[in-house]
Amino acid sequence: MIQRLHPRVRRFGTLILVAAAGLLSACQRAVLNPAGDVAKQQRDIIYISTGLMLLIIVPVMLLIVIFAWRYRKGQGGTYDPEFDHSTSLELIIWSAPLMIIIMLGALTWSSTHLLDPFRPLDRVTTDPAVAAEPRKEALHVQVVSMDWKWLFIYPDQGIATVNELVLPVNREVRFDITSTNMMNTFYAPTLAGMIYAMPGMQSQLHAVLNRPVDDEGFSANYSGRGFSDMRFALHGVDDGKFDQWIATAKGSGRALDLPTYLKLLQPSEKVPAMRFAGVDQDLYRRILERCIEPGKPCATEVMAHEPMEAGAMPAGRESMPTSKPEGALMKSPEEKGTQPNRNRFVAPGNEADKRPTH
Amino acid sequence: MDQSLSKIIFGRLSWESIPLHEPILLGTFIVVALGGIAVLAAVTKFKLWGYLWREWLTSVDHKKIGIMYLILGIIMLVRGFADAVMMRAQQAIAFGANQGYLPPHHYDQVFTAHGTIMIFFVAIPLVVGLVNLVMPLQIGARDVAFPFLNSLSLWLTVAGAVLVMISLFIGEFSTAGWLNYVPVANLQNSPGTGPDYYLWALQIAGVGTTLSAINMVTTIIKMRAPGMTMMKMPVFTWTALCSNVLAVAIFPALTGAFALLMLDRYVGTNFFTNDLGGNPMMYWNLVWIWGHPEVYVLVLPAFGIYSEITSTFTGKRLFGYSSMVYATVVITILSYIVWLHHFFTMGSGASVNSFFGIATMVISIPTGAKIFNWLFTMYRGSIRFELPMMWVVAFMLTFTVGGMTGVLLAVPPADFVLHNSLFLVAHFHNVIIGGVVFAMFAGMTYWFPKAFGFKLDEFWGKVAFWGWVIGYWVAWTPIYIVGLMGTTRRVSHFDDPTLQPWFVVAAIGALIIGVGIIGFVIQIAVSIKNRDKLRDTTGDPWDGRTLEWSTSSPPPFYNFAFTPVISDLDAWYDMKDRGYQKPTGGFRPIHMPHNTGAGVIISAIAMVMGFAMIWYIWWLAALSLVVLVAAIIIHTFNYNRDYYVPADEVAEIENARGRPAVTGA
Repeated sequence: MIQRLHPRVRRFGTLILVAAAGLLSACQRAVLNPAGDVAKQQRDIIYISTGLMLLIIVPVMLLIVIFAWRYRKGQGGTYDPEFDHSTSLELIIWSAPLMIIIMLGALTWSSTHLLDPFRPLDRVTTDPAVAAEPRKEALHVQVVSMDWKWLFIYPDQGIATVNELVLPVNREVRFDITSTNMMNTFYAPTLAGMIYAMPGMQSQLHAVLNRPVDDEGFSANYSGRGFSDMRFALHGVDDGKFDQWIATAKGSGRALDLPTYLKLLQPSEKVPAMRFAGVDQDLYRRILERCIEPGKPCATEVMAHEPMEAGAMPAGRESMPTSKPEGALMKSPEEKGTQPNRNRFVAPGNEADKRPTH
Repeated sequence: MDQSLSKIIFGRLSWESIPLHEPILLGTFIVVALGGIAVLAAVTKFKLWGYLWREWLTSVDHKKIGIMYLILGIIMLVRGFADAVMMRAQQAIAFGANQGYLPPHHYDQVFTAHGTIMIFFVAIPLVVGLVNLVMPLQIGARDVAFPFLNSLSLWLTVAGAVLVMISLFIGEFSTAGWLNYVPVANLQNSPGTGPDYYLWALQIAGVGTTLSAINMVTTIIKMRAPGMTMMKMPVFTWTALCSNVLAVAIFPALTGAFALLMLDRYVGTNFFTNDLGGNPMMYWNLVWIWGHPEVYVLVLPAFGIYSEITSTFTGKRLFGYSSMVYATVVITILSYIVWLHHFFTMGSGASVNSFFGIATMVISIPTGAKIFNWLFTMYRGSIRFELPMMWVVAFMLTFTVGGMTGVLLAVPPADFVLHNSLFLVAHFHNVIIGGVVFAMFAGMTYWFPKAFGFKLDEFWGKVAFWGWVIGYWVAWTPIYIVGLMGTTRRVSHFDDPTLQPWFVVAAIGALIIGVGIIGFVIQIAVSIKNRDKLRDTTGDPWDGRTLEWSTSSPPPFYNFAFTPVISDLDAWYDMKDRGYQKPTGGFRPIHMPHNTGAGVIISAIAMVMGFAMIWYIWWLAALSLVVLVAAIIIHTFNYNRDYYVPADEVAEIENARGRPAVTGA
């Protein structure tokens, strides 16, 4: 059948097939076929909004083509140079998009509130069999984006990991998210939409995985040199396996104490997964309040002192300690440093370790 | 030499700052330098320095300034496109074990430079250039309100562009993205010259853009020909007005944000630092308060261009002129209250996100109305599919898709999964290429005969057209698709090999766009060569409807011997309709501004100051600041600013162009 078509039509058909195949393969991916209920609802919003808009986009695009063709010069289309106003047409022109936007606006208002990442989940699953079971308490995970890796602290289990996130399925998870230096977004497409990880600030995400997966998450906001490989493994497992995994982590024998953490704080790239058997319960708060270095006052302490005189700085200090460099104008000539040009082209195909180091 | 003395004299500049180690960069530098020397030598050999200085560098003629803006935009387009090709090539090969040919540090500069150049030194100069060239002609004015300021604006923009280009060969450019985001651009994370190059180049160019916007607003408000009430202004002039009002409103926010970041970097303040009460989020808010309206600063004049072309080539009045004007004004106002949609995922809370999401969607209503207005202008028209009109139809089909994906991104839950993805990148290239760039090519093709007196070559114009249109779709459709797969922007290396075919297709698309760019350059060259064949002696080659077509092509430096009197919206169409005859006598002296070199000189000093600040050469910075202030003060004492062209000279010029403006309607 397809052989009988005009070659140009056939070629066009092939193009459409390729494009359709592309869209289909896109559908297999995490964004459009997620394992988490929140991500699934977000995907549905994409579908509904697109459908609503196509109601007006498709006719408009067809009309553009039809009018452009029908009214080309000398082809017998009616020519009426005085036709430049029509109140009824103008009403339609303004009200048709308005209708679509009213519908879309209503959808936006409700879905934005229902899917607010700070809001605890109303449901953990759409599967009635699972929903019938008693709902477990939400798992608490603290997320810290570092240069350039992810630190996950499970405070209730007393373990921590780097670049590896393991979650039990069908159990709500509450992520508390902050960053040490750069701004990243915490994003695992199969789980839920992203939210920023920002230094000195905390954001939250409530999400759930509904089936076992071996997927990945990453930062979706550019944060410097090591950003491209700032990825973590995401595993959704059942409760039994989750407990096993916790036990393995606990057996790893290494604790995330302050020296270990400070070492981890150094910028590094392509960091392999790590597990820590123990973690200081106060570590996350001190990262968030930017007082990890001994002697540096935490943000809440500073705020408590703020109305007072500078002389009342915590622990008898006269000024705030900081690791921040001085402004350029304050530098002595020797401190100006140099700015070498470090740009390079390298032969493609080499391994990462051949990168120039700075 | 003593280390410390060398630091005092040269700051942080040293031989290492020049990429002598990198053959490709060095080769590029040598080619650019040789090209530059060749141009300078040619200028000297043909004794063109005097001509260039008198007729162009010191010119305050809005038409020449417009043309120079356009030349700047096209040169920088080639640079920005070279960056684009480098990125597409990197992303097409950097999979798995292959790290590609650009290490992250280099790649990060390439994407930062690409975005910075394309917005600040391509889109803005092209838009400002066309507004400069056309708007005063459309309102029947002899020049803009502040001719010297116009020259200064141009040369400040050029100074900014030159600083960005210098960063390619001396030191490094920013790695912090096209808005120079903190914390990446904070001093402790980027101690190098990159963010400083960015900040100084854009501050200098930004002063130019702000001054230019003030100038254009004043011109439109104060200098319209008698009879041209606001609701009789051509649509392009309306959109230019709204665009420049918007620019006046927003550029101070950007300048302020950059100034605060400069203080952080130079004085050690803590506006955007992570510690000591600084907050990077503030920077994001400030730059996006500029950033989102900026999109409309660019696209509103583009809409104006499409309106003029549609009306001319359908042989009809624009359908729904007043609703087009109201739509423009509504967009202008709304564009100021949507900036937060650039970071829904920062956790502003559901009510704030909903407000900004819905406000964003509401913009699609007047924009949709505009699309319908063009559509119904075509309805019952007699459409001549010449090049400008082809660009319009390509725009309508392309831009509609971009508008749809934009509204999709305005729905916060959808944005939570698509934010910062390649889907977003495809969306804004869809609206900027499909909306602004197509308009610039349409506008340049449309008004070229007005500026130079001959049309552009049709064949190479079609090569450029199809190169851009096909190239756009081939390059960006796969990027939309990988974006829906959850691929993030600004990534220099991928693990997942199944994505590779999409990036290879996108790279091919970029090459097809390259055909479009080369086609355009050849089109200009071929048209200059065949200018006698393409000559237009009527001044009105397209059967135009607005005032710019009523004067000869190219127009005399004073534009109109007599200020036209307007009684209808499509003023020139109306004049033709009533059998307008070109006056042959009764000329009167014309009041015109003198040329001045102050704009070039002040901008050059500003550039030296910027360079000295970037490299920490404090003595030079202080010296150039003093000279800069002195030059400005000296210029204010220049009272010899204007003169009268004698009536005889006007008569001579008019009769030399002696042609009947119209041979009956």
